[in-house]
Amino acid sequence: MEQPIISVQNMNKTYGKKNVLNGLSFDINRGTIFALLGENGAGKTTTVRILSTLIKADRGTATIAGHDLYRDANKVRSVISLTGQHASVDELLTGKENLILMGKLQHLNRKAVIARANSLLEQFDLLEAANKPVKTYSGGMRRRLDIAISLLGTPEIIFLDEPTTGLDPRSRMNMWKLISELAKSGVTIFLTTQYLDEADQLADKLAIIHQGRIIEEGTAEELKSLVGEEKIELTFHDQISLDKAQDLLNGQINKQNLSISLSTDGTASSLRNVLNKLHSNHMEPLSINFRKPTLDDVFLQLTKRDREGVLQHD
Amino acid sequence: MTNTKWYWAISDGWNMSGRSLRHLFRNPETIFLSVGLPITLMLLFVYVFGGAIQTGTAYINYVVPGVIITCVGYGSSITAISVTQDMVGGLFDRLRSMPVHPASLLVGHVSGSFIRNIMATSLVILVAILIGFRPNASLMEWLQVIGVLSLFLFAISWLAVIFGLLANSVEIASSFTFLIMFSPYISSAFVPTDTMPTWLQWFAEYQPMTPLIETMRGLLIGTPINQYGWLTVVWFGGLLVISLFIAIHLFNRKRSQ
Repeated sequence: MEQPIISVQNMNKTYGKKNVLNGLSFDINRGTIFALLGENGAGKTTTVRILSTLIKADRGTATIAGHDLYRDANKVRSVISLTGQHASVDELLTGKENLILMGKLQHLNRKAVIARANSLLEQFDLLEAANKPVKTYSGGMRRRLDIAISLLGTPEIIFLDEPTTGLDPRSRMNMWKLISELAKSGVTIFLTTQYLDEADQLADKLAIIHQGRIIEEGTAEELKSLVGEEKIELTFHDQISLDKAQDLLNGQINKQNLSISLSTDGTASSLRNVLNKLHSNHMEPLSINFRKPTLDDVFLQLTKRDREGVLQHD
Repeated sequence: MTNTKWYWAISDGWNMSGRSLRHLFRNPETIFLSVGLPITLMLLFVYVFGGAIQTGTAYINYVVPGVIITCVGYGSSITAISVTQDMVGGLFDRLRSMPVHPASLLVGHVSGSFIRNIMATSLVILVAILIGFRPNASLMEWLQVIGVLSLFLFAISWLAVIFGLLANSVEIASSFTFLIMFSPYISSAFVPTDTMPTWLQWFAEYQPMTPLIETMRGLLIGTPINQYGWLTVVWFGGLLVISLFIAIHLFNRKRSQ
């Protein structure tokens, strides 16, 4: 089998008393899109910062494109590029100046830098704005410039930390298109996101990070099958009927809005089964909703495996 | 190998300095402020307070060295703000994930500060001469003035880098400019120290701004320099070495956080 391009083993990182990473391990294959999916504070950004050599883990090892993350940090730096959560572009310079400056700092040949800058500006639809200062750019344009900058050195691996957070829906779609085009060119993409649909659209492999470790990984299909294609959400009158229904159905309970969510294949017969079960016990829900699985569902489902009882999710 | 390493370190520093220079022209407010502030100060002291202050010489000749120091001090301390901006804005993170020589980023900020100050100080001296400042410095003394000012400028700029690296926001970083801007006031910059209360006189006499200003005054208008010359070199030379060391250390430590 082919050697993974990124291999992380048992990584730990503590800030004060908080264990941000708690035995994180995963492998990424060359030329794929890998999505690290998790809530705020799950450890996504910390993972990216460690793998992009900005900070060091307390324990654990990682190799990136065959280089040891710590012993060969400079070699790692020469094959990766990082696009952080905040577009790290220079507001006062123009888009083109940003690209040229960063290209020079990557020690590319002067003529090559200018040619590369021009072709990237074209590829990222920024030609028109090339000579305007970045402070006049929209959020989507900044992100595109940011990613264009990260492609200057033709890296093997691109880290994208929440590339669509804060973008409007249209820019978000454009970003998705752009990322999948990049992947087609053979580069490996490490992406973090809070959105299941984003990982679903883009990633060849997803890993769900929760409290600093990977609780599940696989393809989007594999993960979704864990929570079912669709959810039925049943709402009840009061606490007593909610508890009683939970005994029968054993779904995902939400005490705040008196509801139970169940995985379903979305067919009418699955709904009929649930209602029959309740009916034979003389119960009736207040309302019924069909909805798509969300990241919350995956979390609830997966964390429920580890702990008995009800997960209070906020 | 070492040669290429040095080549790239210098090249990186050069490119980052070019960026600072572009910032200077794109963001003219900074230069207006660092020129406008000392000039206003000078006009205020010369035309409003100056008549009431007895210094034994023409007051304008007495006050201009202090105004120049305020100008350079303020201009250098602004470096803290630009460093913090890059820290908060994520640009440092990007550069640190690239095989760039880390110190070149800081070098870029400091040389930007140097260029900014040369422009601002020349303008201030020009205005001073227009309103009656008459220095009697020889060419040699002018060169020494440039040397002393550069030492002061680099020392304060590197100190500003430390503040910039430690501050979490631009607002905090900008407080550093106040500290530097007001420190010449409690010295012999604008008034002779002998009218101050004894305890304050003690502070004014021994704080680093006084030897600096006395040295500048001696070089520009020929007052006695005495021990102030070497005191200036020791104070600001020491500050420069210590600040440089701490700044690089802090910057490298940020990697392992």
